[in-house]
Amino acid sequence: MASSVLFFLFAGLAIACAISTVYHKNPLYSAISLIGVFLSLSCIYVTLAAPFIAAVQVLIYAGAIMVLVVFVIMLLNLDEKDPVNRLGYLYAVGGGLGVILLVQTFFIFYAVSKSPVHAVKTDETVGKTLNLGSAMYTEYLLPVEIVGVLLMMAVIGGVILARRLSQPQLELVVEEELEERIVEEKPLVDL
Amino acid sequence: MESVIKTIFPFAVYAVAVLLAFQGVLMIVAYTVLAERKVLGWIQGRIGPNRVGPWGVLQPFADLLKFIFKEDLVPDKSTKFVYFLAPLVALTCALLPIVLYPFGPPITTIKWNELLPYGLGEGITQLPLTIAHIDVGVLFVLGITSVGVYGIMLAGWSSNSKYSLMGGLRSSAQMISYELAMGASVIGAVMLAGTLDLNGIIYAQIHSPFRWFIIPQFIGFIVFLIAAFAETNRVPFDLPEAETELVAGFHTEYSALKFALFFMAEYVNMFTVSVMCTVLFLGGWYIPGLSHIVEPGSIPYALISHIGFIGKICAFLFFYIWVRGTLPRFRFDQLMNFGWKFLLPLALINVILTIIIVYFLNS
Repeated sequence: MASSVLFFLFAGLAIACAISTVYHKNPLYSAISLIGVFLSLSCIYVTLAAPFIAAVQVLIYAGAIMVLVVFVIMLLNLDEKDPVNRLGYLYAVGGGLGVILLVQTFFIFYAVSKSPVHAVKTDETVGKTLNLGSAMYTEYLLPVEIVGVLLMMAVIGGVILARRLSQPQLELVVEEELEERIVEEKPLVDL
Repeated sequence: MESVIKTIFPFAVYAVAVLLAFQGVLMIVAYTVLAERKVLGWIQGRIGPNRVGPWGVLQPFADLLKFIFKEDLVPDKSTKFVYFLAPLVALTCALLPIVLYPFGPPITTIKWNELLPYGLGEGITQLPLTIAHIDVGVLFVLGITSVGVYGIMLAGWSSNSKYSLMGGLRSSAQMISYELAMGASVIGAVMLAGTLDLNGIIYAQIHSPFRWFIIPQFIGFIVFLIAAFAETNRVPFDLPEAETELVAGFHTEYSALKFALFFMAEYVNMFTVSVMCTVLFLGGWYIPGLSHIVEPGSIPYALISHIGFIGKICAFLFFYIWVRGTLPRFRFDQLMNFGWKFLLPLALINVILTIIIVYFLNS
C-alpha cells in the first residue's frame, strides 16, 4: 500500500518534471526540470529495492552530467527573447514515436498477462552492490567491456574535437613547445 | 488506543531520532563558526568575539538573530524563482546525509521488553546509533553532496550579477574536477572494506590488522582530504567566493536569512566531509583498545565511542580552520592543474595499488 502510494507520487512527479522539461522556453528551467526527473526516478528505484541504481542515478546523472549541462547553459547565457527555430514536422515525428512507445508498452503488458506465470527469483540480495558487481564482472563481462571501449572512444573524440588543429598548425604547436623547452633549459644567467 | 500507539511508535522514534541528530549537528556547526573566529583570531594575534556571553559562547545565537532581523534584499533583475530556490537546495542537500552518519556503535544491553509498555519493545534487540541504514551509504553521501552544487550554481546564475555568475561558474568547474579525485580516493578504502555501507566500513576496519584504514590507504586519505577542501569551497580553494576578485562570489546578492542558509550549508558540508573522512580512514567511532576496558554493546561503551567520533570530527574541523589561517588562495589555473594533473593520477595510482594488494590478500 505504502509503496504503491510512493510509486504514484514519484511517478507523477517524474512525468510532471518531464513535461516541464519539454515545455519550458528557458533552457535553464528545462535543465532544472530534468534534474527533477532524475531525482524522482532515483526515488522510484529505491522503492523497487535497487538502492545501488538509485545512488548511481543521483551521483552520475543528477550530480555530474546535469552539472555539465547547466554549466554550458550558464556559459552560453542564451537569451530568452531569441526566436527558437522550431521545426514543424518534428511534432509529427515525435507524436509518431510516442504512439509507437505506447503500443510497445501495452504489448508488453499484454504479453506478460498471456504468458505462463514464472516464479520470479526474489531474495534479499537482488539489487545489492555485491551481486551487481559479481554479475557485471562474470556473466555480463563482455557488454561491460564494450561499453568501456565506447566511453573511451567518446573521451578521445572529445579531446580531438576540443583541440581541432590542421596538420601545419599541429606542427607549429609542436615546434613552439619544443622551442619553449629549449629556452627553459637554458640557465637564466650566463656564468 | 493500544493499536494507535503501536502504529505511531516507529514514526515517533524516527522523528525523535531525526530531530536529535539534526539538532546536534546544527549545534556543532554553530559552534564551529565561533571556533573558527576564535582560532583565526589567535592565529592573527587577536582575541576574537568575546562580547556576547562569557568567552563569546552566545555569539552564534546573536549572529542568527541578526540574520533573521536584517533587511532581505532581492535584486530587481534576478530570476525570482531560482533565486529563492538556490539557498534551499544548498542547505537541503547539505543536511540530508545526516540520516546516514554512524554516530556510534549499537547499544545491545537495554532490555526493551521490560522498559516499553504495550509490548512495543518486542523483537527490538539493539538500539543502533544510525537513523537510516542504506546498503550504499558512501555513494548516497557522495551523490547528495554533488547535487548540492546546484545551490551555488543557480545562486550565481539567478542573481544576474557578473561577480555571482563568475563565482557560480568557478564553483561548478571546481566541483566537477575534484569530485573525480574524491570518488577515486574513496574506492581504495571501499575495496579494502568490501562494502559501501558506512557502518560496514567501520566494522571492516575493526577486523582488519591495521585497525584504521589511514595506514594502508594513506595516499587515499591525503587525496580525499585535499579534494574535500575543494568540494566545500574552503581556503585554499575558495575561488567561488574569492573576495579580492569577486566581491563575495556566488552569494554577493544574497542577504539576511538567505545568506545564512548558504553559510550554514557550507559548514554542514564541512561536517559531512569530516564524517566521511573519519568513517573511511579513521575508524569512525572505533577507539582501539576500548573494548578491553568497557564491555562492547553497553551504554558507556557507546557513549565513549560517540564522544570519540565527535572528537575525530572536531579535529578535522580544527584542521580546516588552521589551514584557513595559514594558506593563501590558489590561482584558478593552478587549481585546475593541481586537480587534473596531480590529484586525479595520484588517486588512480592508489586505486591500482589497492587492487593489487586486495588481489594478493584474497588469493
